[in-house]
Amino acid sequence: MKVKVGTLEQLPKRLGKCVRVGNRELALFRTGDDQVFAVENRCPHRGGDLSQGIVSGEFVFCPLHDWKICLKDGRVQAPDEGCVKTYRAAVKDGLVYVEL
Amino acid sequence: MKRKLVLIGNGMAGVRCIEEILKLDREAFEITIFGSEPHPNYNRILLSKVLQGDTRLDDITLNSWEWYERNGIRLFAGETVTEVDIKRRLVRTDRGRVVEYDELIFATGSNPFILPVPGADLPGVTAFRDIQDCERMIEYAKTYKKAAVIGGGLLGLEAARGLLHLGMDVDVIHIFDYLMERQLDPTASKLLQRELEKQGMNVLLRKETAELFGNGRVEGVRFKDGTSIAADLVVMAVGIRPNVDLARRSGIEVNRGIVVNDYLETSVPHIYAVGECAEHRGVVYGLVAPLYEQGKVLAEAICGRKGKPYEGSVVATQLKVSGVDVFSAGEFMDGEGTESIKLYDEARSVYKKVVVRQGKIVGAVLFGDTSEGRKLFDMIQRGDSVEALSLSLFAPTASGGKGSLAAAMADADVVCGCNGVTKGAICQAIAEHGLKTVAEVRDYTNASRSCGGCKGLVAELLEHMLGEEANRYAVKETICGCTDLSREEVIAAIKEKRLMTVKEVMSVLGWKNEEGCSKCRPALNYYLGMLYPGEYDEEAESLFVNERLHANIQADGTYSVVPRIYGGVTTAEQLRNIADVAEKYNVPMIKITGGQRIDLLGVKKEDLPRIWADLGMPSGYAYAKALRTVKTCVGKQFCRFGTQDSTGLGIRMEQTFERLKTPHKVKMAVSACPRNCAESGIKDVGIVGVEGGWEIYVGGNGGTHLRAADLLCTVKTEDEVIEMTGAFLQYYRESAHYLERTSKWVERVGLEHIREVLFDVETRRALLERLYKALSATKDPWRDIVENEALQQTLFRDIGDKEPVPVE
Repeated sequence: MKVKVGTLEQLPKRLGKCVRVGNRELALFRTGDDQVFAVENRCPHRGGDLSQGIVSGEFVFCPLHDWKICLKDGRVQAPDEGCVKTYRAAVKDGLVYVEL
Repeated sequence: MKRKLVLIGNGMAGVRCIEEILKLDREAFEITIFGSEPHPNYNRILLSKVLQGDTRLDDITLNSWEWYERNGIRLFAGETVTEVDIKRRLVRTDRGRVVEYDELIFATGSNPFILPVPGADLPGVTAFRDIQDCERMIEYAKTYKKAAVIGGGLLGLEAARGLLHLGMDVDVIHIFDYLMERQLDPTASKLLQRELEKQGMNVLLRKETAELFGNGRVEGVRFKDGTSIAADLVVMAVGIRPNVDLARRSGIEVNRGIVVNDYLETSVPHIYAVGECAEHRGVVYGLVAPLYEQGKVLAEAICGRKGKPYEGSVVATQLKVSGVDVFSAGEFMDGEGTESIKLYDEARSVYKKVVVRQGKIVGAVLFGDTSEGRKLFDMIQRGDSVEALSLSLFAPTASGGKGSLAAAMADADVVCGCNGVTKGAICQAIAEHGLKTVAEVRDYTNASRSCGGCKGLVAELLEHMLGEEANRYAVKETICGCTDLSREEVIAAIKEKRLMTVKEVMSVLGWKNEEGCSKCRPALNYYLGMLYPGEYDEEAESLFVNERLHANIQADGTYSVVPRIYGGVTTAEQLRNIADVAEKYNVPMIKITGGQRIDLLGVKKEDLPRIWADLGMPSGYAYAKALRTVKTCVGKQFCRFGTQDSTGLGIRMEQTFERLKTPHKVKMAVSACPRNCAESGIKDVGIVGVEGGWEIYVGGNGGTHLRAADLLCTVKTEDEVIEMTGAFLQYYRESAHYLERTSKWVERVGLEHIREVLFDVETRRALLERLYKALSATKDPWRDIVENEALQQTLFRDIGDKEPVPVE
């Protein structure tokens, strides 16, 4: 199901935003090259708030213990292991949609 | 297609040039080398060691057979080029081989000069120039007893030394008034002669050879004065002549040597000459350093990267002759218009002379102690005035004093004169590659690869480096995996290119990850802020969450709020206010911190700006790489032991330095007496009041790297405490790596070094100026955010909750 979660204007580049949709908490990111990604806002390590991590390219670094997570596929980068759920995100006419 | 490069002469100068070419461009040439000797390139300077019998050819080989193979070089050793066809660009050899060339290098070296006297061709007469000569002499020494060396120059004396070592009686015959007249003045020469005679050499001066006589083989030498001596072996070491026959026959311009210009080009296009066979601006060089310089220039030229031309070399000689150190450089003979400063210590066989012309140092001779040779050589080259001469040069050196030489040298000082390798380069290599032996240093840096005279110094450096110095040259630490550059290199580039943003630094300096990572971006953000106070705006997206939100993120995603409570001294009103705010926002935990402040824990991100507004207190920076707290003890106002007003000074320090960003967090403390209730001994800067003054401790740490602080100095007044602390903080800000605590930093750079910097009045003044400039550009971040609605929106507010309503 496709849900409208906000406007592109609400997403500063390289600064994540948290959005709650129903009982889900998502972290939305707009990368330096203007792609938008949505992932479950919970680091698989200790549940860190990924939306507050440092964004570099298509990766986010968890603010709690610096785990590096790929925004495209949700995979935690070595040497750490794990995965976060990713959601397909799309932008149309300045509006941001996420496929739940 | 590769160009064809042919080298005639497989000796030190030619092969070094090939090495330089390979360094510049491995793929440019198909290389062929011809050498008349049946050996790979060896170190001719060390032939005397082979002669002494304790060194084998393998030990002095510079380039192994395998090296040629590995570099795809065709080597024809034991094959002599007999003809060069400059029209058809090809060479022919004594074995009938024909090889074409696009570029041709002559490195034919020189031949020993054989005196044209009767009997010079008798068996038992030899030169001293190559391996074969050595082998011949070693053979003779087995059966014969009496040797005569004609020529009292360096080569002759080395041959004589070798023959003595092989058990022969040796006469050294010299035509001039004193030995080694080209490198020494008469005084030094006499000292040398005395030393050689002590070793068993018999020196005959002012003897001109008339003939060598003998029946079937040499039996003696007769001189022009009618006298004669007996000899079973005669070594001719009267000099060398550039080997130019082939060049002359080929139609290349030849004078004494093959004439070359500043790029080592001969009169014929595509033909070059390098080394002892070349004559540059009328000079033919014989020492290895100039030949290597030529090789480098030629390599650049031949690779099409003509750089600095070769403009000739000022020659210095630093040698060990029969175990005695001698040095000379420049204009070292006393003459018209020169004056000299001399030290002559006959008892210890030390002689030093510096020649001065019109107030400038123009030459020098050193005998017995040549440790200052390099330095003098530099002074001569620069034409330093005589005033620059340090008196220590003429101070009697204690026998044990030499150990500190390696330490005393500057990084830019040359250790290996032959190869131009500096102390800095050697130390760097030792640190980077973990080198442990002189041989390893030689392989990495070329130092001691030629004459070997600097081996002792290299060994000293190794010893020195494996000791406490290692850190100074520590393995290059890059900022992070995104770059190969170190902190120092990045900062230098930021300054030089005036890079103003994190993004600019990463893109201009070729970051491997275009957008960096969580290590480098905060680091760059700090460095930029440090370099451009007031000009650089912090980039929120390059900050770790705590510094971006000015609060400490907690395990559950909430934040903590620690307002500034100067010196840990509060009031009832302030406490009441904090209590009200805590209630209003349902703060789950209120905690007294280790830094004598109050922490409100469990605050939601969105509430942060409101809490700050309600508190109306400045940020305590408990989340930042910055000055955190200044802990104090009660002090003399109440404490019966207190000698000073610790709370007063603590408050003043906190008010002075608050908001100052530092490479890592900085904690301070002020105690009013040595009981040290504020724990000044484990703080980045800890102050302890004593009767009549304050002790300033630095580099303490009570955390993971538990470390007692070092006493930096003791001062009398509070103003001085502020001044010293400020200078210390600023120097830390400017020279520490990002995330390096003062405890680590003090250990890395050394307390003594820090003292040297801070105790210099001028440097301290400059540090303080920069510090106050940085401080004046700061403002309270909480207040800033409270007053900035846009910032609150961007950083503190999430997108409002959404109902999961499908849009299609």
